Amino acid sequence: MNQLNRWPVWVIFGLGLLLLPFLIKDFRVFQLSLMLIYAIALLGLNILTGYGGQISLGHGAFYAIGGYCAAILMDRFGLPYMATIPVAAAVCFVAGILMGFPALRLGGHYLALATFALALAMPQLLKFKHFESFTGGVQGIILMKPTPPIEFSLFGQPLSEDRWLYFMVLAVTVIMFVIARNLLEGRIGRAIVAVRDQPIAAGALGVNLAVTKTITFGVSAAFTGVAGALGAITVAFVAPDSFNVFLSISFLVGVVVGGLASIPGAIFGAAFIQFVPNIADQISKSAPWAVYGVFLIALMYLAPNGIMGIINRRRRST
Amino acid sequence: MEAFLLQVLSGVTNGGIYAAVGLALVMIYQSTHHINFAQGEMATFATYIAWALIQVGLPYWIAFAATLVIAFAGGVALQRIILRPVEKAPVLTNVIVFIGLLVIFNAVSGMLFDHTIKVFPSPFPKEGMLISKYFSGHQLGSTLVTLTVLVCIFSFLRFTPIGLAMRAAALNPDSARLVGIKVSWMLAIGWGFAAAVGSVAGMMVAPIVFLDPNMMSGILLYGFAAALLGGIDNPWGSVVGGLIVGVLENLLGAYVIGTELKLTVALVLIVAILTIKPDGLFGKTVVTRV
Repeated sequence: MNQLNRWPVWVIFGLGLLLLPFLIKDFRVFQLSLMLIYAIALLGLNILTGYGGQISLGHGAFYAIGGYCAAILMDRFGLPYMATIPVAAAVCFVAGILMGFPALRLGGHYLALATFALALAMPQLLKFKHFESFTGGVQGIILMKPTPPIEFSLFGQPLSEDRWLYFMVLAVTVIMFVIARNLLEGRIGRAIVAVRDQPIAAGALGVNLAVTKTITFGVSAAFTGVAGALGAITVAFVAPDSFNVFLSISFLVGVVVGGLASIPGAIFGAAFIQFVPNIADQISKSAPWAVYGVFLIALMYLAPNGIMGIINRRRRST
Repeated sequence: MEAFLLQVLSGVTNGGIYAAVGLALVMIYQSTHHINFAQGEMATFATYIAWALIQVGLPYWIAFAATLVIAFAGGVALQRIILRPVEKAPVLTNVIVFIGLLVIFNAVSGMLFDHTIKVFPSPFPKEGMLISKYFSGHQLGSTLVTLTVLVCIFSFLRFTPIGLAMRAAALNPDSARLVGIKVSWMLAIGWGFAAAVGSVAGMMVAPIVFLDPNMMSGILLYGFAAALLGGIDNPWGSVVGGLIVGVLENLLGAYVIGTELKLTVALVLIVAILTIKPDGLFGKTVVTRV
């Protein structure tokens, strides 16, 4: 009953998302696209950390791998931009599985440590001179923004490159969220949560712990890789130093702010890491990070389940 | 041969710094079973304090001592204010709080002292009797200082009543509490020492790598490798691990892979130790009862 009554809300929400880019400036559209991209990355990290209970401080590395995959395929091999996204997902899935093997033996802190090391080492690996013919070294790779296939205007605003990208990103975001929802609310999702909460009981009930943990890592990395690929296409530029350890940390911030183990939380988290730094930046260059740090610690004390935790609590009490 | 010796000796100097960072990590891990991800930025911040004190006009060694005291007090305060409430919280909460601290220290260093690279003075003479072509004055001095600090810490833990209480609190908190040791305060003192040892590492490495807010991130990684190699619950192990890692890093850099991939070497070391021998060389094997 409740589900049926809600459909007009969803229609209005959907229409709003489709019309919104024609009501705001190109640059704001670009920021919205980035926010959606971050939401996909946060969803990936949340599958691993929120649902799987494995801590990763290195998801920026998978975002980088996804981004570089897309950039290299487009720049060096001339692949159409949409075709790079499944490839980035596949490559990151494999990279995630590889990282998942040590993760099997390591719990908690040690995994955090290993992934932290990965995040710190990533920019240096991307700069490595023997890969330079592919990665472009320190300079990175400059891409062309895809041109929209059709021309039209709405409210006097043309369908610009950024608006076209927004729709592409929106479509991928919707697909990724549906995949995540189906994955997490089904049998596999229950297995992932069971492995997090009661590994011994889960094992006794026939869940293969090793396979589940490894696959969780792979899927999580694949989501983040898709986000990375979209990010590279949208920004039309990749360079090693944009994928430093602080990118991984901002993903962690986003997940914590949005709410661990919550799918819609990823949107709030993404909005936070996309727009709060913009506001705080006006105070000083370091201010965004100080704000992040304070939020991280304060949330751990006050609202360990993030924004979605607060919303759910309200809902239950009314 | 001479070049080889040179690499080994300079590896020992770096190793001393890694050992100090590793020891700082171990001191916190031993008593709380948490890995302090903020250790590097705490040390950087302390080094900035030392830099500011020297700028004000204090002589180097007075600034050095003052920084140690400030770092110690800061470490104790951090444990009492920020970490005590989450002492018993899940691992994820703790990791997030540490990352929060990392980010805050990094941002505050940047805000107070701006992001330009600063030259940090070295207190050691450039020429002298013991200084030869194998050693620069700073290398010799820095090795001596880090080793002295390590010996001081070990003597403190081994020979003083507070050191004994700290070891008891780390080894068996419940029994320690029963015999009247204030376990929580012992953790705080451990934090203080860790912060102070970290600040020594920062001040010794700053003349080599120059001072900027991200100065310690690579060194922290090698500190992690040192602590893991020696066994993360063994203070002596971390010192030996630090020296091994330092020499290994220099030899690999000089003869095998070049200097561009130093952080990757640390990453490979960390993952390899964790997968092949998670207890390190001298660590206890952890057995969990199910």
